Amino acid sequence: MYAASAPCWWMALRRTRRKLFGRTLPLLSLFAAFSFVTMMFNLPLPGGTTGHAVGVGIAAIVLGPWASMLAISLALAIQALFFGDGGITTLGANCFNMAIAGSFAAWAIYRLVSLGAAAESRRRVVAAALAGYGAINLSALLAAIEFGIQPMLFHNANGVPLYAPYSLGVAIPAMMAGHLTIAGVAEAVMSAGLFTYLRRNEPALVGVSPQAQLESAPRSLWGALAAVLLLTPLGILASGAAWGEWAPKDFASAAGRAQIAAASGNAAAPQAAPSGLARLANLWTAPLPDYAPHFVKSTAFGYMLSAMFGVGLILMAAWLAQKWFVREDRSSEPGDTP
Amino acid sequence: MSSNVLSKTVRGFSRALGRTLISEQSAHERGLLQALDPRVKLVGMLAMVTTAALARRLPVMLALFALGVVLAVASRLSLLAMAKRVWLVAFAFTAMIAFPALFLTPGVAVYRIGGLAVTAQGARSALLLITRVEAAVTLSTLLVLTTPWMHLLKALRTLLVPVEVIALLAMTHRYVVLLTETANAMFESRQSRMVGRLNGHEQRRLMVNTGGVLMSKTLELGNEVFLAMQARGFRGEVRLLTNFRLRGWDYVAMMGFAALVVTAAVAGR
Repeated sequence: MYAASAPCWWMALRRTRRKLFGRTLPLLSLFAAFSFVTMMFNLPLPGGTTGHAVGVGIAAIVLGPWASMLAISLALAIQALFFGDGGITTLGANCFNMAIAGSFAAWAIYRLVSLGAAAESRRRVVAAALAGYGAINLSALLAAIEFGIQPMLFHNANGVPLYAPYSLGVAIPAMMAGHLTIAGVAEAVMSAGLFTYLRRNEPALVGVSPQAQLESAPRSLWGALAAVLLLTPLGILASGAAWGEWAPKDFASAAGRAQIAAASGNAAAPQAAPSGLARLANLWTAPLPDYAPHFVKSTAFGYMLSAMFGVGLILMAAWLAQKWFVREDRSSEPGDTP
Repeated sequence: MSSNVLSKTVRGFSRALGRTLISEQSAHERGLLQALDPRVKLVGMLAMVTTAALARRLPVMLALFALGVVLAVASRLSLLAMAKRVWLVAFAFTAMIAFPALFLTPGVAVYRIGGLAVTAQGARSALLLITRVEAAVTLSTLLVLTTPWMHLLKALRTLLVPVEVIALLAMTHRYVVLLTETANAMFESRQSRMVGRLNGHEQRRLMVNTGGVLMSKTLELGNEVFLAMQARGFRGEVRLLTNFRLRGWDYVAMMGFAALVVTAAVAGR
């Protein structure tokens, strides 16, 4: 994961280095320190729980994606190195998921949803909340995928997973449950709250001062999102059933058992499906069973299609939300030109 | 839920500040690891952490963990503090992740609880995960607790970390402490003016507004720091004074680390 993060850090440094010798050096450090401190804030959430925000939403809005990536990486590095709150070995992955992917996601969501919104419009607050919520959940999803592919990649001859023991089917729901409900909400509350505060008190910072121009449609952004959408399936291109994601019927047939045994380093598969699996199998039926629509024969292609469908659905929702809010803005503030 | 999000946050701040103090103190003890050149220690410990992360066998990971304990004693670190700050925390966190693996990992059932079966593969996998995390966390904590922060940062140059990043990290760390104190003061002054209880919405607004004020203060401070840097002649170049010198003992340690890493890597395959 360090290898994946390094080029992004390098780009970010290059982009900020030109400015690094002005105010940016102290500003970046201080913003990183600020993020670190806000990560310790206990945020009470609707429903009675409390959560902590990372601050990546507001950092991306105020600093832009590149500087935000550096600031959050610095905060995470201090946390891991100095306070020992996250391992040194996982720092690369943490930074990639939260600082790098999170900053880009937050920035892109904020820009898209607030596109053409007036400085005072409520849509900007919603955009900030969505930016925080989307960024944290994307980070969590990435982390879950990283966990989930580990048993496929690293296991010993007896099928004992060497690192994280869960397949994608377990890791994704386990990780997302907490983030969709608690961590994501904490981040959304923090982003929206800080945005509102800054808009009122430091409007220049969030780009809504009277002088700040309303940005024009960043076409390149949609292009980049389309590219991401096309690239999404690369990470999950895998043939056959994922290790540990067997269906009960796989245990019933001899061929299925042979396949499981081969995938599990020749540990014999039981004659029948484990009773727990059989019971759970009927518990729910996913809208896209096995991630693959019926009419698609190839599993890999089905996976790909499902992933793209999922991302596409999110994009479509963002686009519709934007359209809807634009119309609302126009009707409520007839004087504004979007 | 009551006003205790405030006190919880304040407690979190004092814990963080306490840790900073303890780290600075333990880094100046006269122990084994403290006596080493920071560069040797950084590279050696990182190599050991990587070995622990890559090892595939339980005995090797247990040996690395045991080595960490021996080094902690030799470096005059309190084992009780290590247990509280590192081992228990890492265990609780990892065990929570590893526990369901006992049942979910497919394999040969060795023990049954109700309708669930603990599989041999599951138990091994959970043990591997826990010992790996414990070993890696112990070794990396030793590095942090026995090296003054500034020395650790300067030693990062040996890993080709850019000077600017080191300057950024140094500055970030310094202002983490300052901003933590500032935030702490804000919360305490708010707490002392509070009678009765705040509801959820009011608490959220309090936390978020304090965050906003902290951000305003941060940016103002950033400008002041920049002006101070200008006044002292900052012209855009970061220079680090590195006056580390290797001594006889460091060469011995280098060989020791190399031998340990090679042994563990071979045995752990």
